[in-house]
Amino acid sequence: MDTNKLTQEDIIRQGEQVYKRPKLLLDNTMHYCPGCSHGVVHRLVAEVIEELGIQDKTVGVCPVGCSVFAYNYIDIDWQEASHGRAPAVATGISRTNPDKFVFTYQGDGDLASIGAAEIMHACNRGENIAVIFINNAIYGMTGGQMAPTTLLGQVTATTPKGRDVERNGYPLKITELIAQLPGTSYVTRQSVETSANVRKCKTAIKKAFKNALAKKGTSFVEVVSTCNSGWKMNPVKSNKWMEENMFPFYPVGDLKDGDKADPALYSKKN
Amino acid sequence: MAKIKGTVVIDTEECKGCGLCIGACPQHVLELSNDVNNKGYHFSFMKNPDKCIGCSNCATVCPDACISVYRLKL
Amino acid sequence: MGELKLMKGNEAIAEAAIRCGCDGYFGYPITPQSEVMETLMARAPWDKTGMVVLQAESEVAAINMLYGGGGSGKKVMTSSSSPGVSLMSEGISYIAGAEIPCVIVNVQRGGPGLGTIQPSQADYFQATKGGGNGDYNLLVLAPNSVQEMSDFVGLSFELAFKYRNPVMILSDGAIGQMMEKVTLSDYKPRLTNEEIEKKYGDWATIGKKKNRSRNILTSLELNSEQMEENNIRFQAKYRKMEEEEVRYEEYMCDDADYILVAFGSCARICMKSIEMARAKGIKLGLLRPITLFPFPKKPIAKLCNRVKGFMTVEMNAGQMIEDVKLSVYESGIFKPVEYYGRMGGIIPSPEEVVNTLEKKLIGGK
Repeated sequence: MDTNKLTQEDIIRQGEQVYKRPKLLLDNTMHYCPGCSHGVVHRLVAEVIEELGIQDKTVGVCPVGCSVFAYNYIDIDWQEASHGRAPAVATGISRTNPDKFVFTYQGDGDLASIGAAEIMHACNRGENIAVIFINNAIYGMTGGQMAPTTLLGQVTATTPKGRDVERNGYPLKITELIAQLPGTSYVTRQSVETSANVRKCKTAIKKAFKNALAKKGTSFVEVVSTCNSGWKMNPVKSNKWMEENMFPFYPVGDLKDGDKADPALYSKKN
Repeated sequence: MAKIKGTVVIDTEECKGCGLCIGACPQHVLELSNDVNNKGYHFSFMKNPDKCIGCSNCATVCPDACISVYRLKL
Repeated sequence: MGELKLMKGNEAIAEAAIRCGCDGYFGYPITPQSEVMETLMARAPWDKTGMVVLQAESEVAAINMLYGGGGSGKKVMTSSSSPGVSLMSEGISYIAGAEIPCVIVNVQRGGPGLGTIQPSQADYFQATKGGGNGDYNLLVLAPNSVQEMSDFVGLSFELAFKYRNPVMILSDGAIGQMMEKVTLSDYKPRLTNEEIEKKYGDWATIGKKKNRSRNILTSLELNSEQMEENNIRFQAKYRKMEEEEVRYEEYMCDDADYILVAFGSCARICMKSIEMARAKGIKLGLLRPITLFPFPKKPIAKLCNRVKGFMTVEMNAGQMIEDVKLSVYESGIFKPVEYYGRMGGIIPSPEEVVNTLEKKLIGGK
């Protein structure tokens, strides 16, 4: 066979399909800006639910933020929570339906600003849920205002001269705080800007979902992400800016990978 | 040594021209076209199809899941 | 015949919850209703029925836990008092907008703001006219005894699921704290997912099965035409409640010249006032709304045909009086409507009621 004469049709017909869009990702066009990390993470969530075969026992809780319409994109049952309250909503579902798998999908304003109490307490109680936290250091949906995770010096709609510590305080490393809570079993920070990191992120999401199914307390996956509209850069430049500025402050990697704290030991230590 | 030929099928109407697949491809197969789709985006297409090895990097980084990847071992 | 016990109103709420097959209680301590959750925790129903009892980190969290649990088709409830209910207002609006059933108990205390811990009825407007944003209504039940505190829990869940709407039990600190005999209902088992689906439909989010499309519970709708359709559907629900769910009680109204309109603790006080007034020769009766929404407009309108006037007795600055005035207006027959009330957590005395009635309605009018 003259390999140089192979057409695309030949390769498709004779070869194997090594990648296709997951079935659980609905056909609706996602409204996210071109290059937005949300799209990738939604796809990974759909793939993991499909691979674990848990579509019929999964309930997702979506936030207020750009991903408010997540329920239009992944083919599972969804509840829309009010801003910041997804961990409480998830607690209500999970506690009254212990046989189901419940996860929240939240942004940095939803989780680390208005929702700070709810996420801390859900993790402190060790609710058997998974939390996906999209951290792009900005409020995308409402037009690019400062988020708790906005970096010092970062320009946003409400920090036009750059985030100033005197006026706005410090960027909040919420994931580091979460990792200290005894109800968590797996706390990790991931990213999706290269194919290698996307694959690692998928592994992390799968682990988090499996932990929840095994009732190992709360698993928390932060995905350091881009917001090219809010940051006012194109997607490729956004990835670069993220690598240069976000990663040093929000380093990718596992913060905790184990079990919920043993209550006997926990009391003794403290 | 087995040779691998790959190819991708891009849903050009769903593509938003973000350009992330271009950089993800180790073989420089993809480029943004001069044409635009119905939404006005310059969609990604295979400029150098013969170089494709079906590694799926492009599909992996695509935020809109509009790339399918095929691989043929020879 | 059920179990007869002596207990506080708050305790009766807790007992009734366990017995009616409640799936989850999510609450937060606040005076004067903390006994509800304390009783539940002491009874530990999770061992017997599997009922979840959870102390949330705030009232905001608690109402959102109700959203989640109710959205999965489960019987879930909370209890709080005035300032805590204010915190829940956003959640209640979302629950109404997403058409999720649940039960909220407000054991009212004096306000506004942090207020006082003594009883009041100053959340009438909040309960019946809004509280949260948007056009929605809660079905509101006003108990006036420990027995009704017990009976209304099961009834509230029935109504909540019938209409897929939040239902509020609007009580006050006096009823919450007082002890009376109560006949407790028999234990009803919690429903399985299959039973819930059979009884109420398959709208709950419990995991998408092959035989249906995914269920989405949301109050968000950016398309105005569709949002108006949603609101029209909600309004139809509330009109149906007005047609079918009005509950009230008339006491000595048949020959009455004057009618007191009062709910909750004030209705109890009015019973004594009627005794005192009748001893003086004043033909006084009481119309006690049991549902505050839907309000008993028609019975009031009917009374307009023969009585000389109405006086509301309320522990607030005059809230229910507006609904009585509206009811009189809708009858087409003018009758005077007066109000007597105390604020700040003070409970009116039966004598004050009679004196005010004589001054405002009878003397010189």
